[in-house]
Amino acid sequence: MKTLKSTLTTPIIRENPIAFQVLGICSALAVTSKLETSIVMSLAVTFVLSFSNLAVSLIRKHIPSNVRIIIEMTIIASLVIVADQMIKAFAYDISKQLSVYVGLIITNCIIMGRAEAFALQNPPIPSFIDGIGNGLGYSAILLTVGAVRELIGSGKLLGISVLPVQTEGGWYVPNGLFLLPASAFFLIGLIVWFLRTIYPDQAEEE
Amino acid sequence: MAVSNPKQTLAMTLGICLVCSVLVSVAAVTLKPIQQKNAETDKLKNILMAAGLYDDKADVQTIFTDHIHPVLIDLTTGSEIQELPNPSLSPEQYDLKAAAKDPTMNRKIDADKDLARIREMPKFVLVYQVLEGDSVDQWILPVYGKGLWSTLYGLLALDHDLKTVRGFTFYEHGETPGLGGEVDNPAWKRQWIGKKISDDSGVLRIEVIKAKVSADDPNAAYKIDGLSGSTLTTRGVNNLIQFWLGEEGYATFINIHQPKTNS
Repeated sequence: MKTLKSTLTTPIIRENPIAFQVLGICSALAVTSKLETSIVMSLAVTFVLSFSNLAVSLIRKHIPSNVRIIIEMTIIASLVIVADQMIKAFAYDISKQLSVYVGLIITNCIIMGRAEAFALQNPPIPSFIDGIGNGLGYSAILLTVGAVRELIGSGKLLGISVLPVQTEGGWYVPNGLFLLPASAFFLIGLIVWFLRTIYPDQAEEE
Repeated sequence: MAVSNPKQTLAMTLGICLVCSVLVSVAAVTLKPIQQKNAETDKLKNILMAAGLYDDKADVQTIFTDHIHPVLIDLTTGSEIQELPNPSLSPEQYDLKAAAKDPTMNRKIDADKDLARIREMPKFVLVYQVLEGDSVDQWILPVYGKGLWSTLYGLLALDHDLKTVRGFTFYEHGETPGLGGEVDNPAWKRQWIGKKISDDSGVLRIEVIKAKVSADDPNAAYKIDGLSGSTLTTRGVNNLIQFWLGEEGYATFINIHQPKTNS
């Protein structure tokens, strides 16, 4: 049995949901062109993930196995709607930028994956912690990618000019590639490479 | 994991659905007022943006009341309406979508004339005057029509000569992000500024074309470069502009309000 602390910290770097489990790539590409949207998306996913884990774990002994996926989806979908409504109420401009991607958290494999792999077998508290841990792992990648893409792509961080761009009289020529989703592939690829160099046991056998 | 019998399965699923629906309804109902306020501010913000008055440091509401004067017009006669035929047409309450759907306030559009593919349209439209001192500097006209997936709702700002475009922005649409959604792209929107909607004889000339507008084209002032990768959205934008500035739309209004030039 893992301790609560390791349940929380292992998924942040070592067993990162994006880099190690390779889940949830879609949204990691779509919303990371700016740091601001990455932050809101990270919060939303962490919220949904921890509470869906908690809810699934609370009723894990009563879920009929033949309809368990549907029940999990119902819980996840409801939480996503709640998160979406909150973003629309308190961060309207960002909700317009995130558009469909908040709704698409429902299909984010990390959430379904953690419910199936962890919450169904473990008591509520560790499940909740596991949700937060994986949410933080997801956030770590999103924030890294978002920060790098916004900095290189538009010379800014959180909308504040860091590298003065040439069109506004500075010296920096923004690299437009980093505003396109493909650049997130390169960055995530580099992160995976880096992690597998530190932890050689993560590499697939030839 | 629990072994299930049909009764238990049914009870469990019903229970979950009940709890989840309560959760979702509570969130939707309690947050609705805040969301509506956001949408309202956003609408005012869009009007200011179309007029080029938006300043993210100042209060939207204040700039709006200082510079913008809403006017209700009758599209068939083109003139302003002084007495409201219906209280829901007051500037505070006017809702373009509701007015277009209300059978007492809308009219059907003949299929062969329905370029914007909206089938029915409001008889009365709330337009906005942008005031500079006492005189009208710009007119802001709401326009809408079908793109590829969604109806695009936009605001077209015209100079007081009702000929020159001063700004164009869409405040609501559901086109593909990155393709048709690029109608929000500031660089694309900037192209509209300074274009002429009609020539000197008053013929409607503006169009969105499928290639770069070359600088030596004598008609460059009437042409806007379409968005690459989104033929259908671009076509929709072109159609809705043709429709709303044409006979069915604001043509009569423009005729009446255009300052007469002495030649």
